[in-house]
Order: sequence, then C-alpha cells, then structure tokens
Amino acid sequence: MNKIWDFHGGIHPLENKTQSLTKAIVTAPIAPQLTLPLSQHIGAPAKPIVQVGDQVLKGQCIAEAVGPVSVPLHAPTSGTVIAIEQRTIPHASGLEDNCIVIEANGNDEWRTRNPITDYTQLDKNTLIKIISHAGISGMGGAGFPTSIKLNTRDDIAIDTLILNATECEPYITSDHSLMREYADEIANGVAILAKIIKPTKILFGIEDNKLDVVDGISAALAQHDFAALTGLATEAEVITFPTKYPSGGEKQLIQILTGKEVPSGGLPAQLGIVCQNIGTAVAIHNAVCLDEPLISRITTVTGDAVNQPCNYHVLLGTPVEFLLAQSDYQKNQSARLIMGGPMMGFALANTAVPIVKTTNCILAPTEEELPTPPPAQACIRCGMCAEACPASLLPQQLYWFAQGKELDKLEEHNIADCIECGACSYVCPSNIPLVQYYRASKVDIRQRKVDHQNAELAKERFDARQERLQRLEDEKIAARKARQAAAKLAAEQRGKEDVKNAAVEAAVERVKAKKAKGVQESPAAKESENQANIIATESDDPIARAVAKRAAQLAEDAANPENKLIRAIDSAKQRVSKSQTRVVDAEANNDENLAIFKQAAEKAEAKLASAQQALIDFRAQSSAQE
Amino acid sequence: MALMRITSPHAHNKQSTSDVMKLVLLATLPGVLALTVAFGWGTLINILLASIFGLALEALALAARKRPIAFYLKDYSALVTAVLLGIALPPYSAWWILLTGMFFSIIVAKQLYGGLGYNPFNPAMVGYVVLLISFPIQMTVWAAPIELLPASVSVPNLWDSLLIALGFMQFPSVDGFTMATPLDLLRQNNALMIDDLKQQYSQFGQWGGTGWEWVSLGFLVGGLYLLYRKIFTWHAPISMLLALALMSALFYDGGSSASSGSPPFQLLTGAAIFGAFFIVTDPVSSAVSNKGRIIYGAGIGILIFLIRKWGNYPDAVAFAVLLMNFAAPLIDHYTQPTTYGHSKKSKS
Repeated sequence: MNKIWDFHGGIHPLENKTQSLTKAIVTAPIAPQLTLPLSQHIGAPAKPIVQVGDQVLKGQCIAEAVGPVSVPLHAPTSGTVIAIEQRTIPHASGLEDNCIVIEANGNDEWRTRNPITDYTQLDKNTLIKIISHAGISGMGGAGFPTSIKLNTRDDIAIDTLILNATECEPYITSDHSLMREYADEIANGVAILAKIIKPTKILFGIEDNKLDVVDGISAALAQHDFAALTGLATEAEVITFPTKYPSGGEKQLIQILTGKEVPSGGLPAQLGIVCQNIGTAVAIHNAVCLDEPLISRITTVTGDAVNQPCNYHVLLGTPVEFLLAQSDYQKNQSARLIMGGPMMGFALANTAVPIVKTTNCILAPTEEELPTPPPAQACIRCGMCAEACPASLLPQQLYWFAQGKELDKLEEHNIADCIECGACSYVCPSNIPLVQYYRASKVDIRQRKVDHQNAELAKERFDARQERLQRLEDEKIAARKARQAAAKLAAEQRGKEDVKNAAVEAAVERVKAKKAKGVQESPAAKESENQANIIATESDDPIARAVAKRAAQLAEDAANPENKLIRAIDSAKQRVSKSQTRVVDAEANNDENLAIFKQAAEKAEAKLASAQQALIDFRAQSSAQE
Repeated sequence: MALMRITSPHAHNKQSTSDVMKLVLLATLPGVLALTVAFGWGTLINILLASIFGLALEALALAARKRPIAFYLKDYSALVTAVLLGIALPPYSAWWILLTGMFFSIIVAKQLYGGLGYNPFNPAMVGYVVLLISFPIQMTVWAAPIELLPASVSVPNLWDSLLIALGFMQFPSVDGFTMATPLDLLRQNNALMIDDLKQQYSQFGQWGGTGWEWVSLGFLVGGLYLLYRKIFTWHAPISMLLALALMSALFYDGGSSASSGSPPFQLLTGAAIFGAFFIVTDPVSSAVSNKGRIIYGAGIGILIFLIRKWGNYPDAVAFAVLLMNFAAPLIDHYTQPTTYGHSKKSKS
C-alpha cells in the first residue's frame, strides 16, 4: 500500500452527493439546437472550418485548432450549421464569444469511424496526435489541452501517472458515476496513458467517500498488463484517502499521493508527475479505441431546485435550460444557478448557456440551501482562514494588504500561489468574501506588470529614438566638415587668382592695424566698449553675454564705421566660398541643381564685389574729409 | 426568481463572528462563578456596570462615526471587552473606575483606531493599565476571600454590592474586607521562607492563593472548552503558560519568598490562566501565524515573570500583553509560514 500524506488546511463542507447518486447515468435527449463555443479550453480559440448552411455529421470536425495550445471542435450530432456568431458562453462574467450553432436533424448520424483495434501497436506520437485531433482538453475543470500535457519534454523523465478521481467538491458526482459505470473504459484510458508516458507508478486517487467503486476500478485495472505496455515494472494502484476539500486540486492530490510539493510557478512534470482526470481517460479511450472525438460528457444536475437530481450523459452544446428541464427544474425556487460546485463553480447569467467540455455539474440550489451571504463584518484576525488554507498562506494578511492595495506586500505573501479554492471564505466567521479580494488583487498585479512592461518598452523606444537622432546629427556634422575641407582644398587650388580680392584683403589688414593703434577713439565709446567686453566675456548668463557682445560691436561700429563694412566683406566672402563649395560638390555628384547653385555663386560674388566697392567708396570719402 | 450572480465560493459554514464572541462569553462563566464564590458579588457587579458602559460607549462611538449601530453591536465584541475588564478589576470597583476603564477600552483603544479588527492593542488591557497607573490605590485593593473573613464582617448581598459600586454605600469595614493578594505578599516579603508566609498569611492556599486556585481552574475549564470548539489554537496560551512555568522553575530556589514561588504557584495565582485563555488569545492584537503565536505567547509568559519578580507591580499580565502587542507586527514579519511550493525541498 502506497503511503499517503496530508496537506495543510482543508475543510469539510456538507457533501450533498447522495441526491444525484440514486439513479444510473441518464442519456439526455438531443436538444433541438446545440451551441458550441469555439473556446472551451485554455489556449487559442478554435477556427471554424464550416459555414452557415453546411450539413454536418456527428463527430465531424467543425473547427480546427489554431497554434500549439488549442484543440479542435466536433459536431456533437448530425444537422445544419445555422449560425456562427456571438452567444453568451458559460463564464463568470457572462461574456459573449464566438459559437457555432447546429440545428440537430434528429438522425444522429455518425461520420465514418475507423476504430483502432490494437492501440498497443501505436507509438507515442501517433497516440498524442489522435488525442489532439479528438479535441480533448482536461475534463476536471481547467480544460488544458490534454495532448500538450502528455507531450512531455524528452529530458524530463515522468515516473508517476496520477489519475484524479477525487471529486472533492460537494454535490458533484459525475466522476463517481463514471467510475461506477465506466470502469473498463477508464482502465483502458489509463492503459493508453501509460503507453504514452511510460510511468513506473500509476496512482489512482479516490477520496474515501467513494469506497463503493474501489473494487470495480481495481478489477478493471487488473485486466491490463501495464508492465508490458511501458516495458518497465509499472504497477497501478488504487489509493483511498480521507475526504477533505480541496484534495482534488492537482497540487493537493500530488502532495497526498507523493508527499511532494509542485514548485511555485512550476509544473508537476518537474517532479516527474503527470496528473489526469478520469473523465479525460474515458475521452482518450473513446478517441483511440472508438474513433469518437470529444462530443459528450457526464454532467451532474443537482440542487434542491431540481426534483430529479441525477447524472446525464449529455452532448456538448446542450443548453443548460434543456438539461434542467429533464430534471424537473423549479425555476421559482432557484436562487442562483451554478456551473461547477458550490466552492469553485461560477454563477450563470442565464439558462441558455451551453454545456461545455469542462461542465461537470449544474447546481440549482434554493435560497435555504445556499443562503445569500450576509454583509461582511470586521476581520478579527481569528486565523481560521489560515488554518483552512491548503496553500499555507495567511489569508487574513492578504485581505489586509488587498484592502490597502499593497501589491508588493501581496506578492511578498505569495498571493500568486492562491488556488482560489474558497476554503478561507468558507470558514470566515465575518463572512468576508476573501477570494473575491484575491481575484481582484491578482488582476491588479497582472495589470501592473503589463503597465510596467509597457513603460519599459516606451523607455526603450525613446532611448532608441534619441540614439538615432544623435547619430544623424553626428553624420551631418561629419559631412559638413568633409565638405568644408573639400572647399578649402578647392580654394587653395584656385590660388589667389583674384587680384582684387588680395587688394581688398590688404586694405582690411591695414584698417585693422590702424584700429589696433587706437586712432580716433572717443573715451566714452571706449569705456562702454570695455564694459560690454567685460560682460561679454565674464557674465554667466548667455543672453546677457550675447546682448553685451552686440552692444560692444555697435559701440565699436559707432567709433569706427569702417568695421561694419569690413564685416560685410567677411560674411560676403564666406557666402562666396560656401556657394562655390556647393557648386564643386554638385559638379562632382552630377547634381541636377547645379545651375541653381552656379547662379547663387554668381550672386554671392556680385554681393562681395559691391561690399568691396562700398568700402573703397567709404575710404575715399573719409580721406577726402581729412 | 432572478438568478443571483456572485462569485465562488457559494457555500459557507454556519459560524459567525457573533457566535465566536458569544462562545467566549459563555466560556468565562466557570471563572466568574468561582470569582463570585470566592470574593462575593463584586465581580458580577463589575461585569454588569462595565457591560452597560461598554455598550453605551460603543453605540456612541458608532453613531459619531456614522456606522450602523445595531449591526456592529450584534458582533458582541464590546460585551466581551466589558466582561473581560469587569473580571480583571478588583471586585466592588467604583462605577467611575469602570466608566473610565471602559472609556479607554472602547473609545480610545478600539474605536479611535477604526473599530473591531483594527485595534493594535487589546482594548480591555489598555483600559486596565490606564486604571492601574491612574488609580493605584483603588486598583490594588482586592476583596478578601470570603472564607477568610472574620465572623464580624458580613459579605454584602447583591443589592448592597451594587450600592457600594455606585457609591451609595461604604464598604462594611475596609480593613477587614480587603486583603493583600498572595502576589502582593510575596513582593512585600523578601526575607522569609514561603512556608513561613503561608503560616503567617491565610491568603496562601495549597498551591496558589486561597480562592485563586478555583478561579484559575474555572478559567482553565472555559479556556479548554474554547480550545475544543476551535475558537483559537493552542499555540499562544500554551506557550505563554509554559514560558511562565519555565521561568519560575528556573528562578525557584525551593522555598524562599525572594524566588517568587513555585511554578504551580505562579500559574495558579493572579491572572495567569485567565490571561492565557482570554487575553493572550485575542486574535486581533496577537501575531497571526501559529509559529508567530508561539513566540508571542512565550514573550508574554517571560514578561509576566520578569515584571512580577523585578517590576513594580505584583501582577503583570496586562503590561506583558500590551508590550507583546507592540511586537506582534514584527513577529508576523519574521514568521510568515512557508507557502505550498516554496519549501526548500520543492525549490531544489
């Protein structure tokens, strides 16, 4: 007998399982219309491959998987596709999503099936492909694509296959009834799973409130030679353990059966464990041995607002209200409608939503059964929540931090490890909806992460832009320098051919020398110039410096009007050299604007000539006055 | 009927905070009964007046804070505070002592901090300490055990007790009617053997003090009942009592009064048992994790002994509790339990 471990916390709510176990599984009639959401699993929604008006056969693929994490969808019965549109899907928020709606024609006519007679001859990849094509996702609740879970990396050895037959939520009995009536199919599914992942140990976990099925399951498992399937000394064992919520949580079940903890943020595969729900095992059996894709499941309909609680074998897409009607649903007594169990199920917005791959239960309680929660009282930090928490968190502290939106503190206290089982809220004497606070906080934390990433991205983009602008600027400067150097070279080559130029330059030199001797300078002008010079060179304020420089220049001009004319010649000369450079460049590059540049150069030369003429006139005038 | 749409979980157990508080009140009964048998009606009058003041002050504060009065009064927390303070105060305390105490308990220690759940300090102990520091004479006069009263002194009946508390009547005879408690005697006599003290003063009983042994037993029964009902965990009270017993065992020299008495004496006199099960277990002001509560309780136990032996007050539960209330957030910070998937084993 395999040793069993206990997990921290847990609660013992009223089980309420007997109501729906009095009858055998009932096959529900085919609803006139079936609504099939394209996203019944975790991952990318499937893509429709049929069109409105198409005739489909039972089991025909109507939507294919998109990307690696996705599963296809199949027609649950034969009929006509009458719509592909947004419909309300089973979701806590009452969301709408794309659905394929099929009108049943009542024939329930199968497509051609090619059952495989001996799956033991198939290899791992073929089996996984069959499972993937059959649209199988986890039937226990989360709905993760099964083929991905089975397609473990080669470098991680899986030594333990765990079958989850815990069904720890109150009221739900779909797995229990499945074990009662489909033990052989379950065992067959387990054998296929064993063939795929080749474990050395197969642990079949059942809570001790379902002891009536243990013998049947053990006998069914005993019919298979697991060692032969895996080529290892594999043994399968049914293990019962004390009933306690939430022992059916994957992490908790692994702890119960192996004593190991799945690392935070990690996967069971890291411990060499793969965990599968028994409903999934049956679906695998159907897919491989019967060539029947996942188009139906066992769903419990229970609660005091239905007169005939029982388990149904129901086609996917069947409206909840259709199924409820089979159980004599008392609408006026129904306070809320829950898909799933009372601990983790979600309240439905209306009764038209369909049964999907993960729907294990429809619970229709009366107000007396699950009363409206009273207003929350103050948290007295009694710690009952911490006693109940299966993840060993401190719910009362998390609540405190959640109220204050202290996201860092929440992360420090490992809110990410909360599995939202609801045990804390269940025991809270002050009726505080703790899990709601955690859900909201988790969203806040996720949002903050997204914001943070966006901010990082924006900063990266900004830095890149700055870098690019700087690079362009640098390139511009480098190009300008190169042009200047080229122009200088060209000017030198041309030499001092322009005699007039040389004469003017000599004249300028003479004027400068004259000025340096300090001829004809009024003392007042001199003083203001000095002051301006001091400011121009010593002030910290750039504007003051510029103003002072200009003032000094003006003062100088007033004292010596010749200066202005000399400066005009200087700037005209610069313009000439610039325009000539441009012409040289343009000639080198065969620029189409060459003519324009040439014109500009001529204009500049004319300007220079007139400036030079102005200086000569001025000199003549001043010497005449003298 | 419109379908209600709330998120999971949908199921809830039947216990409410009011139920928890009512159970605590119920559990004080054996101790209160023992107090009444040992020291007369005084404690009951204390509880009665404290409860009236407590509820009135709570209602007043809630009205001032614009909170629904009836909703919060129904959590019974004010009543619990009143009963605990009434038990802790000397029997036949004057009405104004009780009013002052309840004012500091309810208004200052609780409502000013934001009401139930937000008070960093145990409200009853805040009220008690304010009184102890402000009115040392009134606070250190404890009624004599009835069985030790001389025949000439008659025990006041219920009505007279009320009149005494309300100030309309004097104690029959102050000297004969009150006596130093065993812890007082131990403090005051440092140079005798405990056996000598026992012969000299009838207040000493077989283990603890006369009458006190039964009182402690009464509160022990109530406390164990609460433990059985899972109102609190064993961690804080047991570690407090163990720490106190260990400390007194460490310093007990076999019989001199200077050594503060044997472990059973320390446990069965004063407010040790009452404190362990009714004060230390106050969840609001204590550490939150089980490990944290062990440290918290042990700290209180050690402080009680230190103050009893070397401090200026004969008993020390209130001071010790308040000091550890200060430390509770720090303890919480360092005693966060290991979350699933975070153990060293699973990390590797």
